[in-house]
Amino acid sequence: MKESEQIVEAAGYKSVIGAGDYWWKEIKAGEVLRIHDLEGNQAADTLFYRAGDLAERYSASDTIKKQGGLYLSAGSKLISNRGNVLLEIIADTCGRHDTLGGACSRESNTMRYALEKEPMHACRDSFIRGMQEMGGGIVDITCNINFFMNVPVTPAGELSFADGISAPGRYVEMRAEMDVIALISNCPQLNNPCNGWNPTPVEVLVW
Amino acid sequence: MKRIYETNLTGAGMWSKIIGRGKILKLTDLEGGANVGMMLYNANERTERYNMPDTLKGQQVFYLRQGICLHTDMGRLIGSIVEDSVGWHDTVCGTSDAGEVKAKYGELSYQEAHNDWYRSGKDCFLIELAKWGMGEKDWMPNLNFFSKAVTDEKGALSYVAGNSKAGDSVSVRLEMDALVVVNTCQHPLSPGGGYVSTPVLLEVFEGDPVLEDDECLNSHPENKRAFRNTEDYHQLGFSR
Repeated sequence: MKESEQIVEAAGYKSVIGAGDYWWKEIKAGEVLRIHDLEGNQAADTLFYRAGDLAERYSASDTIKKQGGLYLSAGSKLISNRGNVLLEIIADTCGRHDTLGGACSRESNTMRYALEKEPMHACRDSFIRGMQEMGGGIVDITCNINFFMNVPVTPAGELSFADGISAPGRYVEMRAEMDVIALISNCPQLNNPCNGWNPTPVEVLVW
Repeated sequence: MKRIYETNLTGAGMWSKIIGRGKILKLTDLEGGANVGMMLYNANERTERYNMPDTLKGQQVFYLRQGICLHTDMGRLIGSIVEDSVGWHDTVCGTSDAGEVKAKYGELSYQEAHNDWYRSGKDCFLIELAKWGMGEKDWMPNLNFFSKAVTDEKGALSYVAGNSKAGDSVSVRLEMDALVVVNTCQHPLSPGGGYVSTPVLLEVFEGDPVLEDDECLNSHPENKRAFRNTEDYHQLGFSR
């Protein structure tokens, strides 16, 4: 847990992403991005890319490997598939974020819950539309970060989607170490506790 | 079962082929301590690929073993682990890169060592992927057969040495025609102290039809639904 030094009123950019919506924006090297969990326990599925080169992107396994740990929090460096630091988490009042659980998709909803869940809205469709606007396609959508989501793993190797540990007003903040593009799907999932069964808006701020 | 193919992979070797639906790929750790990095793609639609998150969350597991299915990003299955004498295979830690190999083991060039030179898992993946018209965008968190990394309650990972012994094996039944890309570079969290090169026997067998009491089909209801999605895909697209 680490509080931010930023002053909210001084943010140069603010936007609210409704549940089920996507958002993307270039964050310049040295700028700070905050994701703010307005109402609590809302998963913000997030991908990062090097600005101008979508082939260099956030890599969950490179990030886990380099830090020797599964969970993201203040001090975690978000690593690309080429081993470079995209961003570093510099403040976090939630304490733990997931990068094993990936995004929900209409296809995986059929596998996880029931074949009849296929029509329900899902993060991957939001990622696809955002990525198409960014000039990419389906191969550019890789394993993401789930800010504010709690996916505990036990020493025996069990993994679960547990009740959230976030709460209204908690936030995570990261400083870009190169020019990056952030792509967020504010998760619409209604079938598991990742959004507290009630998807709500998140706010993004940039300094 | 009839064996239709075999090859010996040298340490830090690489290999890629298309293996048809229903066939069984068997890997044997010949000397103990091997690691086989693997990525799997639908041979006909290569944007469909092995998906680590869906595999883990679909079966509420952090590692792979007999009875576990390998899920794609399309709600379908690309493989099933039908035999395994090891009990724990990693799919979270990814693969080594050139900088890590140099930092851990030092530099040994082809000029100095010929085929015993030091290579990274990432380089091997990218080389084999290129031969199928694929590249960096197609690489995703991969499988690491024979290797084990465990977590503590706070999420700190540690590598478990000695997970696989000489003669240990694991067999994957392909649930769709699959492009299989492998290399035998060390696990990325394996300790330094010497670049160990461990050989692996790779065999392919004709498989048997999946029966109703199949262990992988029945191990989780999620697998049953993913099998159904995979069956629908084949029924709609192909006559076989």
